[in-house]
Amino acid sequence: MLEVRVARRIGTLDLAIDLSLDRETVLVAGPNGSGKSTLLRLLLGVLRPDAGRIAVDGTVLFEERRLAYVPQDYALFPHLDVLGNAMFGLSGLDRRERVRRATAWLDRLGAGHLLRRSPSALSGGERQRVALARALVRTPRALLLDEPFASLDPIARHKLRASLSGWLREWRLPALIVSHDPADAVLADRVAVVERGRIVQQGTLDELRGAPASDFVAGLSGTVQAMPERAP
Amino acid sequence: MGRLLRCIALVVALSPPARAAGPRELVVFAASSLREAFEGLGARFEREHPGTKLTLALAGSQDLRTQIEHGAPADVFAAADWTHMRALVTAGLAGPPRTFARNEPVLVVPRDNPAGLRSLGDLPRAKRIVIGAPEVPIGAYTLRILDAASRRYGTGFRSSVEARVVSRELNVRQVLSKVSLGEADAAVVYRTDARSAGQAVEIISIPPELNVVAEYPVAVVQRTNQPALAREFVDLLLSPQGQEALVQAGFQPGKTE
Amino acid sequence: MRLPRANAWGAAQACASALLAGFLLVPVAALVLTLRWAEFRDGLRNPLLLPALRLSLFTTSSSLFLVVVLGSLLAWRIARNPGRASRWMETITQLPAVIPPAVAGVGLLLAFGRRGLFGGWLAAHGIAPAFTTPAVVMAEAFVSAPFFVQAAIAAFRRVDENLLVVARTLGASPFRTFLRVGLPLAAPGLVAGGAMSWARSLGEFGATLLFAGNLTGRTQTLPLAVYTAMESDLRAAQALALVMVAVAFALLFVLRRMAPGGVLPAAEARGA
Repeated sequence: MLEVRVARRIGTLDLAIDLSLDRETVLVAGPNGSGKSTLLRLLLGVLRPDAGRIAVDGTVLFEERRLAYVPQDYALFPHLDVLGNAMFGLSGLDRRERVRRATAWLDRLGAGHLLRRSPSALSGGERQRVALARALVRTPRALLLDEPFASLDPIARHKLRASLSGWLREWRLPALIVSHDPADAVLADRVAVVERGRIVQQGTLDELRGAPASDFVAGLSGTVQAMPERAP
Repeated sequence: MGRLLRCIALVVALSPPARAAGPRELVVFAASSLREAFEGLGARFEREHPGTKLTLALAGSQDLRTQIEHGAPADVFAAADWTHMRALVTAGLAGPPRTFARNEPVLVVPRDNPAGLRSLGDLPRAKRIVIGAPEVPIGAYTLRILDAASRRYGTGFRSSVEARVVSRELNVRQVLSKVSLGEADAAVVYRTDARSAGQAVEIISIPPELNVVAEYPVAVVQRTNQPALAREFVDLLLSPQGQEALVQAGFQPGKTE
Repeated sequence: MRLPRANAWGAAQACASALLAGFLLVPVAALVLTLRWAEFRDGLRNPLLLPALRLSLFTTSSSLFLVVVLGSLLAWRIARNPGRASRWMETITQLPAVIPPAVAGVGLLLAFGRRGLFGGWLAAHGIAPAFTTPAVVMAEAFVSAPFFVQAAIAAFRRVDENLLVVARTLGASPFRTFLRVGLPLAAPGLVAGGAMSWARSLGEFGATLLFAGNLTGRTQTLPLAVYTAMESDLRAAQALALVMVAVAFALLFVLRRMAPGGVLPAAEARGA
């Protein structure tokens, strides 16, 4: 269970988010400058909130983060090979056990044949799998993905989205996916739309489509009809 | 980790030997003009005191004095004039000084004498003159000589010479090397230095009535760790054998009271 | 037929190149060409050479060790913590590079000499650093530190922050993140900076002469030995100088293998 209740002012952005995930995947969508990356940085501890707390399974997070994080460009360690990357998060175990666990996860994600390769020699899709394996090998309590498919070509994107969808349903981790691509909604149980630092609407894509709370939501969910006039 | 340990081992292996268990060391600070004389006397001292290592530091007397004032580890100080010795004695940094040698400033020119000088009075004809800086003993002596010469050759003598000075060096050997390299047409150094340069330079004597006598005092440095050894070195300098060696090197004996 | 302007531009480049490259090459060539082999061999037997070589190797290794260990930590802090304090520290680390070495020597003497700021306090604890071998290490570390620290800061800054964030989420402590991610990725820049720093400390003269003195075996480094030898035996000085030139060339050669983008930090190739 991932509980996020944070407030932070930064630049012209006034962010206040209240979000809980219990073994479900939530897509956080929003236009540029809406606060998606600020939210991510708060979750990662790179930024300190002005107020509020983030808790995983009831444990409030400070320095110790049991969140698995896959950034937009996957951030594989270039000086380690695939196996080295996957093993990085394991410590306190003897080497053989670390290799075994890392290899198991790489296999599960379809990257088991890449063990000795250097990250620079991998395709985008392969890198994504390795990054995921590296994150998951620590049995995290929650998963954060930042624009998981943005740097892939359409075919790889389609393939990986299907795989990821299956994995997320299988693992039942609280997972937060930050994305601006509405097609990614298929991965999520719920979509939370963030605009100007606030969640303006939450729900399934159908719910959003039926009653969009803003132009952006409408565009995101594919509503075609014009918005009704709203009182200012 | 292994590489780090190997690096540390390498550094330790290269380090200078520990001093505690080594030979006794005597550090002698001496004016540059004493180089050859003290190298010989130093070797002799080491022979007569087995287990002793004599380290010679040669520089302008003014530099050595400054270093001693700042705590440099000297045991004996031999200067080329009394100015710097007196300063140390007044400050309580050096023990009672004795004159152990005398020296004679001379004019030197490169072997081929490009400026064609034949006497001190010809000096303003040289195009490039090198002398010691004023705080260096030889430099101070030079200025006194130029003043004396001005009384004979005319009041403009010193200034016309100084107008042709291209460098004021920080010790007498630096002055000498400029001439032996042919970089200067003329310079004032000690007779002993000119001798050590051999064929590279020609000596032009300075008339005795215009010349000064350089007096070399020696003293034990107050803060020495080897007071007995230091005194024995001073004794060697003042002994008949030491005086003989200095005379052989071209010095005149220091007058003993 | 070529355009006259293009010709003049080409000629200007050729002239400038020949002039400057020639100027840089000629003194080194003169050192080599004006010494006969027999004189070189004799010069090598000069009693100043071996103690100076040994001392220089020891002191430059020591100062390099100090500068690299402390400088890496400082550079990491500055690179990863932008802010006013870091900017001030960065400026401070650049100071020795713009201070003339002789001035640095005077400064060291005024700080740590017998009459210096800390002189009394140090003396009371039985420590008198001036005119000792540690003084040589201090002088060398002082003048060479900026070269390493600047390169290290640049190299650490180039490390992708995402990698460090990911490392933290994977459970690495800040120290482990530095050791296992930051250091390896910055390594080429650190090595190049270390080499420049070492070269600078090997050639250090003015500060050493003033603060450490010029005593054979104790504080007379190779540059000081060359200077001293010139007073008595030019050929010996030349031989010593050639030894140093050989060391410098070897260093340059090693550097070019390890940092192909160039020796100075600005020309660093981007880390993988």
